[in-house]
Amino acid sequence: MNLLEFLNRFFGRDNGASKDVAKERLRLVLVHDRVNISPQVVEALKEDLISVINKYMEIDQASLEVSLNSSDGTMALVANIPVLGIRRGA
Amino acid sequence: MGEVLVITSGKGGVGKTTATANIGTGLALMGKKIVMVDTDIGLRNLDVVMGLENRIVYDIVDVVQGNCRLKQALIKDKRFENMYLLPAAQTKDKTAVSEEQMKNLSDNLKTEFDYIVIDCPAGIEQGFKNAIAGAEKAVVVTTPEVSAVRDADRIVGLLESSGLREPKLIINRIRPQMVKKGDMMSMEDIIEILAVDLLGVVPDDESVVVSTNRGEPAVMDKASRAGQAFRNISQRITGEEIPLMNLEANSGWLEKIKRWVTKS
Repeated sequence: MNLLEFLNRFFGRDNGASKDVAKERLRLVLVHDRVNISPQVVEALKEDLISVINKYMEIDQASLEVSLNSSDGTMALVANIPVLGIRRGA
Repeated sequence: MGEVLVITSGKGGVGKTTATANIGTGLALMGKKIVMVDTDIGLRNLDVVMGLENRIVYDIVDVVQGNCRLKQALIKDKRFENMYLLPAAQTKDKTAVSEEQMKNLSDNLKTEFDYIVIDCPAGIEQGFKNAIAGAEKAVVVTTPEVSAVRDADRIVGLLESSGLREPKLIINRIRPQMVKKGDMMSMEDIIEILAVDLLGVVPDDESVVVSTNRGEPAVMDKASRAGQAFRNISQRITGEEIPLMNLEANSGWLEKIKRWVTKS
C-alpha cells in the first residue's frame, strides 16, 4: 500500500471495497452458471432479436448487449439495444 | 443406525480433508463411534492429515472388490476409543469403484458406526458422484474467494439434483481483519449469495498448518481457534445448538500487544 492509498483509506475516501467487487462479479457469474445456458444459445437469441427489431428500427448492431441478470431471486433478460432510427412505413 | 455425511467443495484446496479430519475427530471426542472414509482414489491424503499413513494395509478398493473383509481395511486410531479410517487406494483411479458399491459400503458401515464422514475428491466427475452416492447429508466447504464460492454454488446445485437437499455450509479460512477492512467477503455476504444454511465459520489459523505437519487434527489442540470452530461444528452436527464463535476475540488491544511483543 503506498502513502496515497493509505491516506485515502485513513480518511475513508476509498469507496471501492474489493469485497463488493467480488460480490457483484459473483452475482453475475452465478446467474449464468445457474441457468446453465450456453454462450451459443445466447448468441443465437441475439441474432434472432436483431432480425426482428431490424424490421421496425434501425439499430446499432455492434454495440448491442444481451445478458442475464438477477435481483431479489428473479431473473431478467436484459437487452441494451441502441436505436439509430425508426423505419417509417415498415 | 448411523448417519452418512459427505464433505464436498467442488474446488480443490479449500480444506475438505482438513474439515473431514477435524469433524471426524471432533465427533470422536464427543464419544461417538465414527469412521472416516477417504474417497479420493489416486490422491489419498486423509491418512497423512490424520497421521495414520504408516498403518495402511488394505484400502477402499480392496474392500469393494472383495480382496479383504471390511474389518481388515479399517484402521483403528489408537488415540481414540471409537475412531477408524478407511483409506483410499493410491495406485488406482476413480473408476475402480462404482456408485452402487459405495452405497453398499455406506449401508454396511451404518450398522457399525454412529457417524460415517466421507472425504470427497475435488471436481464434479465420477469421484464426486461415488462419494455422494451413499450419503444422507452433505456439507459444502468454501473459502471467502470468488472461485471457491462459485464452485460451491455449482456443488449445491448438483447435490440438490442428486436428492441431497439442504446441504450445510462451512466457510473456512476467514480473516476477520480483512473482512473488517472490506477486503474479504464476510460470512453474511457468502450466505446471501449461496442461499444455504451455515454450519460454521472457521478462522484462518496457523495452528492448522502445525497440526497437519504433526498429523494431529486441530480439534485435539485446546488452544487452537480453528480447532474450537471445528469442535463447535461437530457439536452442531449432533444436533446441539452452539452459537457462532466470536472471530474477533483475538484482535483486542491486549492480543495486539502480545503479538507485538512476541514479534520483536
